[in-house]
Amino acid sequence: MKKNKKMNGGAFKRVIKMLFKFYPVLLPLTIFCILFSAAAAAVPDIFIQKVIAIIGKFSETRDWAAASGELMPKIYLLVGIYIVSLIAIVVYTQLMAFITQGFLCKMRRAMFNGMQDLPIKYFDKNKHGDIMSHYTNDIDTLRQLVSQALPALLRAGSVVICVFFVMLYYSLWMILVLLIGVVAMMFVSKKLGGGSAKYFIRQQQSLGRAEGLIQEMMNGQKVIKVFCHERECEEDFDKLNDALYEDSRKANAYANILGPIIQNIGNILYVIVAISGGIFLLLNVKNVSISRAALDISIVVPFLNMTKQFTGNVNQLSQQINAIVMGVAGADRIFELMDEKPETDDGYVTLVNAEIAKDGTITETGKHTGHWAWKHPHGDGTLTYTELKGDVRMFDVDFGYEENKQVLYGVSVYAEPGQKVAFVGATGAGKTTITNLINRFYDIADGKIRYDGININKIKKSDLRQSLGIVLQETNLFTGTVMDNIRYGRLDATDDECREAARLAGADDFITRLPSGYDTELSNNGANLSQGQRQLIAIARAAVADPPVMILDEATSSIDTRTEAIVQRGMDKLMEGRTVFVIAHRLSTVMNSDVIMVLDHGHIIERGNHKDLIAQKGTYYQLYTGAFELE
Amino acid sequence: MIKRLAGCIREYKRPTIYTLIFIVGEAIMETIIPFITAQLVNDIKAGTNMNELLKTGLILTIIACVSLLCGGLAGFTCSKASAGFARNLRSDMFRRVQTYSFENIDKFSSASLVTRMTTDVANVQMSYMMIIRTAVRAPLMLIFSVVMAYIMGGALASAFVVVIPVLAVGLWIIGKKAMPAFRRVFKKYDRLNESIEENVRGMRVVKGFARENYEKKKFGAAAEDIRGDFTRAERIVAWNMPLMTFCMYFNMVFILLVGSKIAIQSGGQTIDVGQISAMLTYGVQILMSLMMLSMIYVMITMSAESAKRICEVLEEVPSLDEPENPIMSVKDGSIDFDDVSFKYSAMAKRYAIENVNLHIKSGMTVGIIGGTGSSKSSLVQLIPRLYDATRGSVKVGGVYVKNYDIETLRGAVAMVLQKNLLFSGTIAENLRWGNENATDAEIEEACRLACADEFIQTFPDKYQTKIEQGGTNVSGGQKQRLCIARALLKKPKILILDDSTSAVDTKTDAMIRDGFKKFIPETTKLIIAQRIASVQEADAIIVMDNGKIADIGTHDELLQRSEIYREVYEQQSKGGTEDEEK
Repeated sequence: MKKNKKMNGGAFKRVIKMLFKFYPVLLPLTIFCILFSAAAAAVPDIFIQKVIAIIGKFSETRDWAAASGELMPKIYLLVGIYIVSLIAIVVYTQLMAFITQGFLCKMRRAMFNGMQDLPIKYFDKNKHGDIMSHYTNDIDTLRQLVSQALPALLRAGSVVICVFFVMLYYSLWMILVLLIGVVAMMFVSKKLGGGSAKYFIRQQQSLGRAEGLIQEMMNGQKVIKVFCHERECEEDFDKLNDALYEDSRKANAYANILGPIIQNIGNILYVIVAISGGIFLLLNVKNVSISRAALDISIVVPFLNMTKQFTGNVNQLSQQINAIVMGVAGADRIFELMDEKPETDDGYVTLVNAEIAKDGTITETGKHTGHWAWKHPHGDGTLTYTELKGDVRMFDVDFGYEENKQVLYGVSVYAEPGQKVAFVGATGAGKTTITNLINRFYDIADGKIRYDGININKIKKSDLRQSLGIVLQETNLFTGTVMDNIRYGRLDATDDECREAARLAGADDFITRLPSGYDTELSNNGANLSQGQRQLIAIARAAVADPPVMILDEATSSIDTRTEAIVQRGMDKLMEGRTVFVIAHRLSTVMNSDVIMVLDHGHIIERGNHKDLIAQKGTYYQLYTGAFELE
Repeated sequence: MIKRLAGCIREYKRPTIYTLIFIVGEAIMETIIPFITAQLVNDIKAGTNMNELLKTGLILTIIACVSLLCGGLAGFTCSKASAGFARNLRSDMFRRVQTYSFENIDKFSSASLVTRMTTDVANVQMSYMMIIRTAVRAPLMLIFSVVMAYIMGGALASAFVVVIPVLAVGLWIIGKKAMPAFRRVFKKYDRLNESIEENVRGMRVVKGFARENYEKKKFGAAAEDIRGDFTRAERIVAWNMPLMTFCMYFNMVFILLVGSKIAIQSGGQTIDVGQISAMLTYGVQILMSLMMLSMIYVMITMSAESAKRICEVLEEVPSLDEPENPIMSVKDGSIDFDDVSFKYSAMAKRYAIENVNLHIKSGMTVGIIGGTGSSKSSLVQLIPRLYDATRGSVKVGGVYVKNYDIETLRGAVAMVLQKNLLFSGTIAENLRWGNENATDAEIEEACRLACADEFIQTFPDKYQTKIEQGGTNVSGGQKQRLCIARALLKKPKILILDDSTSAVDTKTDAMIRDGFKKFIPETTKLIIAQRIASVQEADAIIVMDNGKIADIGTHDELLQRSEIYREVYEQQSKGGTEDEEK
């Protein structure tokens, strides 16, 4: 608990530091304006004291003309201060709107940019909902903190301090009385405010639990209906809903009670100050103050006003406790994401467009030539170019997602340029893992992987991945037109090139039949398309990138066998001249591969082409004849 | 809409009313306090004796205590009322969704239902709390303060005649301008968050294509765009504070200036020092209550959108009507389709199913085959009334499905959906969905029949093994077998498997079908499959094409006369010869 608090303190400091870093000029200006307006808010009390003194002085003579002579300059001064203070308020509120949104935008971008560089592992470990809540809930609490809590804290805090000094100017005795009340207020704020924050955090947790259940139930609504299981679901839901209600009620109750209590302690304090003022007056107590003024009515009355202002601002301070506790907790979670270690990339071999002369010499060029080369700088400053052919070899590779849980054991795969290599095996056998190692989503524990003879650890990750086209089982499309989605494969592809790729993938046919053809807007991961159609677009996306090596991970699993037969022709054309790694559930998809690897628990147990493997009468044969389950 | 939502307050009406009462009490006390304090100030000023002073002080303390009590109780009851209201809203929505038919469910995405039940309810809860706390308090305070100000200040109160309209109009203009700006910005904000979600989900694609920098740029542009809009909207609202302060300052100067003039000229007769200070307090109170009113105005309009989204769920009429005198038992497992046509929504141009006639006797095994989009699933979903036929009639056991009690019908017709799900809980708990009171022996029996027992026994916790949300810790084939076992526990008259063994190997698949034949011969079995092998031995096979029955017959018959069937069969049975054919 203690450690936790310390950490939160760190997060608070860091928010402040970042604010100053982003706005080294505007923020101090804003703070200055806030302080100024706060000070201006304390000033009138001095004036009231003076005005009352004047009223007292002239109420016998009833001489307004004489009184106004003394009064008007003070009023003018007050108006002057007010005008400047108003300007300060306008400036700081406008600046604050600007700074808050700017800060949030910068935080969002920092989070997002940091997130792009995180290793895939991070996304395996964290639920998408949890990652998202950094961008929604946590940013919202941070917004509360920066735009409301901090200015209010600063303003109310400085008003309290200013008023305190003004009071000190008048009477020490009265302050002592006041302080008793302040201590009581602080005590109550701490107790109730702390309780409220505690329950708000709990409310957040039970909301998370309820949300999880709701999500599960809403997703499975059709199953619930089929089993007429509605009542049981309602019972489960009621339990969590009731818990959420309890926490929400308590959290809000603490927060709501705090206000009236502080306010009325303020009122009672007012009475106490007034009565002690009266007693002091009656008893003619000798005053102790900076101004050395004697205690009289012209001090007691403004003092009462100051008491009000003082307690009012303490009340405002106490109202911010919640926002601060929650905001800091939110900031802490945001920093957690921002501090995640990014994917390391020590690669220095880059991919360049190349022109290959007849004699085989390679020259670098900026244009898209359809040929690429690896640019390999050496320690002695020389450069060598190696043509990108798509020769991928793995030697005795060991790997585990977690340290002590090995997934692959001594896997060796040789894929020569233009070969089609297939992986077959049960779920968890390590098929996808192998492809994840080739594009370095994960790094191998032991062994070697060579790409055109280059150790892939030396290749810059982004360049390595660009040379590999991937189509995954779970297709992810992005909001935008069909054309945009295809172009994602190669950003500078022309419309014609995208269409050509779609034709190659066999997607052109259905795309042209969509309401707006290639300009049809996709949203929500292409919810308006069937799973098979989404896969076709994903294939087109990979095709437009025109990579020398392709990885097809269950790319056609959702296309029914009849359609697949049609797509197959396009796919075959697409695979021509490329090194292709295929993972497929359906054996019909992999049968024509040059090499088929049968994986079992991370070991390659059989390898060869279809005919060899059938002749071996091993696992592949059993799979093929349907004697084995493929999952 | 308000009526609809108000209907969900129910048992929390009482705390709501208590809140209103306490708030009125608090508001009255709060307006009296400056009045008494003014007297206190005057007492001190006049040098009244200690007893008088103490008496006034005591009254004030009592009033403050009452105010504290009222305020505290109001804080307590209003939290209860608003949290309870939110709980009822969630509960009502959840229950409403339970009554939905498939047609209703299709209308809302599950993600949107989740948001409606969480974020939207939280918004409404907040505004409800604001409304019951301040909607009464603010106008009351406004009226009380103005009245008291006139009683005490007389002419001085004329300051408010100027200030109140200025503030009111100012706040109104700000609200009017800010509201559409915010609404626009929130929509964009939602879209921004959606795009983040898309990015997170598609991270492998982003990284696979090395598009990190592209994504950063894209997001950066969207974020900057939002920042601009947000800043503009916030800057409009930022005028609230200066406007408010201006009015307060104006008040202060006016009261000090005019007050002191009157005080001096009348020699403290018309107005005295205490009154001036009370007037200042009332001024602040009046402005504060106006400010609160404007805040409520903003809150209500902001949460109106949420309220609307909640009402949509609550007002969605379940499209299945229950018969008046429902039939409570299903005689047998015969199925009859008479000239049935069906489309998913009244608006749809195309029928998903057109003029289907089909008669299946009880106990038959019927296979259904056809390409994606040929409406195989649509056809069988009409049997347990997951959807209602648009035209024509569907009968089960010789009775129109619409005449059955829906639970009776669905109890007799067990369906394993294509998109099947297990829920978090143990395996046994999941299986008991089929029959709550199933004994362990019955569960094991069903699992043996579905060939699930064999792998369940290999788990260390056997039937008590925990299933993760969505069933991610069992393999696809295992999940399918568990789902079949779950359906079998219903002891159904009709069993429908909608592509439910696609991930199960052919041998196990055959074993399951054998088991069906041996142990549940009287149950009608409908099997939708991609694999010919799964339906080959069925009594009849239906070939679906484009929403119509292309052909019905046995395997041998279809091989001879159905081109589609033959094509699928050949596609699946051609083996190593494929290379040569190409």
